[in-house]
Amino acid sequence: MAGAKSNLQRGVTLYSFQQEYYLGQMSLEDCVAKSAEFGAYGIEILSEQMLPGFPNYSDAVYDQWHELMRKYGTTPTCHDMFYDSKRFKGQIMPDEEAIESLKIDLKHASRLGCRCIRVIVTTPPQVVASCIEFAEEVGVRMLLEIHSPFHFDHEHIQKHFAVYERSGSTYVGFMPDMGIFVERFPRVISDRFLRDGATPSQVDRILQTYDDGGDLHKLPELIEAQGGNAKDIGLARMAGHFVYSDPRRLLDFMPWIHHVHGKFYDMTADCIEPSIPYDKVIPVLAEGGYDGFISAEYEGQRHIQDAFDVDSVEQVRRYQVMLKSLIAKVQ
Amino acid sequence: MFDKYTICEEGFRNVVRDGEVVGFELSIRIAYYRGLRLSMVEGFEVTADGETFPVERNLFTAGGRSYSYEEMEREPTGRWEFGEKAVLFVPRPGGLAPGPHTIRVIQKLRISYSPMTVVGDDTKTLAIAR
Repeated sequence: MAGAKSNLQRGVTLYSFQQEYYLGQMSLEDCVAKSAEFGAYGIEILSEQMLPGFPNYSDAVYDQWHELMRKYGTTPTCHDMFYDSKRFKGQIMPDEEAIESLKIDLKHASRLGCRCIRVIVTTPPQVVASCIEFAEEVGVRMLLEIHSPFHFDHEHIQKHFAVYERSGSTYVGFMPDMGIFVERFPRVISDRFLRDGATPSQVDRILQTYDDGGDLHKLPELIEAQGGNAKDIGLARMAGHFVYSDPRRLLDFMPWIHHVHGKFYDMTADCIEPSIPYDKVIPVLAEGGYDGFISAEYEGQRHIQDAFDVDSVEQVRRYQVMLKSLIAKVQ
Repeated sequence: MFDKYTICEEGFRNVVRDGEVVGFELSIRIAYYRGLRLSMVEGFEVTADGETFPVERNLFTAGGRSYSYEEMEREPTGRWEFGEKAVLFVPRPGGLAPGPHTIRVIQKLRISYSPMTVVGDDTKTLAIAR
């Protein structure tokens, strides 16, 4: 794949603006307008977040959506599906129902004009496999999100990969979340634990272990043995759910990657994401000939909203400044 | 998630039915980043000034429809939308006295990918108008 001409395009998942939407400070249209203003023309949506009534929409809902896209010159990219296997208490959804549910998501994504859906990582491979024909019919790719604590080499992802390879279809693939490249533990998260009562010296030890690539498996035990409190142990456990994989591993899966979640926790004033080395990741995507969107996904809000005002718009703006500059260097 | 925003500042009042004060109600938002089918909302533990009310007796209103605890559990399509201000009615004969009250609401959400129940927990001082 190396050497193929890349086409890295900028987008936003409206998930990024969830806080303002939730509080009634921004409408769906405001979210789309801001994305376009920052030159991020690919729009991804969690329908269950910003399109009330899922999955039973009238034609008017789709008409309004397309009108919104026309008005701002934006392109629908992706609809994020959920696999509600525990929809009813004490029952696990049978595969036949999960398949029907996934088909509803595919049909809906098609009507939104999306090229793909985010298949949540917990979806069983056989459920995805059973929908391939339908996905091809409606022209929507099913892309499994590679999201921490999973990574490409995880057994569960490899099971999916085996099924995808066997299918020979181009309507299955992957959507890596850049949260699999957390090289430095996000400080917005450890700061929250400190506010909630974690011990500074224990937090330092956890951060150092993470940032040095140390053993996270034994960390909660170690912190407990050293007298860490419940918050310290909680942070140690949480650190174990973060991963840093070698960005070059992306190259081995390039033909299967058709969308990217540009996860970020905190953009500094000089437009850097200190925990994810985008300056290493973007050149790899270009080298692999990636042709698709990088959908900015702000996830810092949940870690700071207890104590600070959230400014998702400024966070997304800074991310887009960074992304534009990194893309300009490689294509 | 969104814990401190789950109890709304407005919408706290006593409820009168047939000339009798039968309880109180308050507005609440979901403690999660998307809307959910009501069958995945596992109820609300409400405390007012230390008095706790049975989860099974609350009445929940979202999308213009009211649901008992049992109805929510079986509800196949009704939803609590993201950011939607739902109304929670808590039966208490006589309601609450005028003036400020410390109200706590713990909501439980069954999120399929999460091994643990997602919990939203908020406490606010709200006032019943005099």
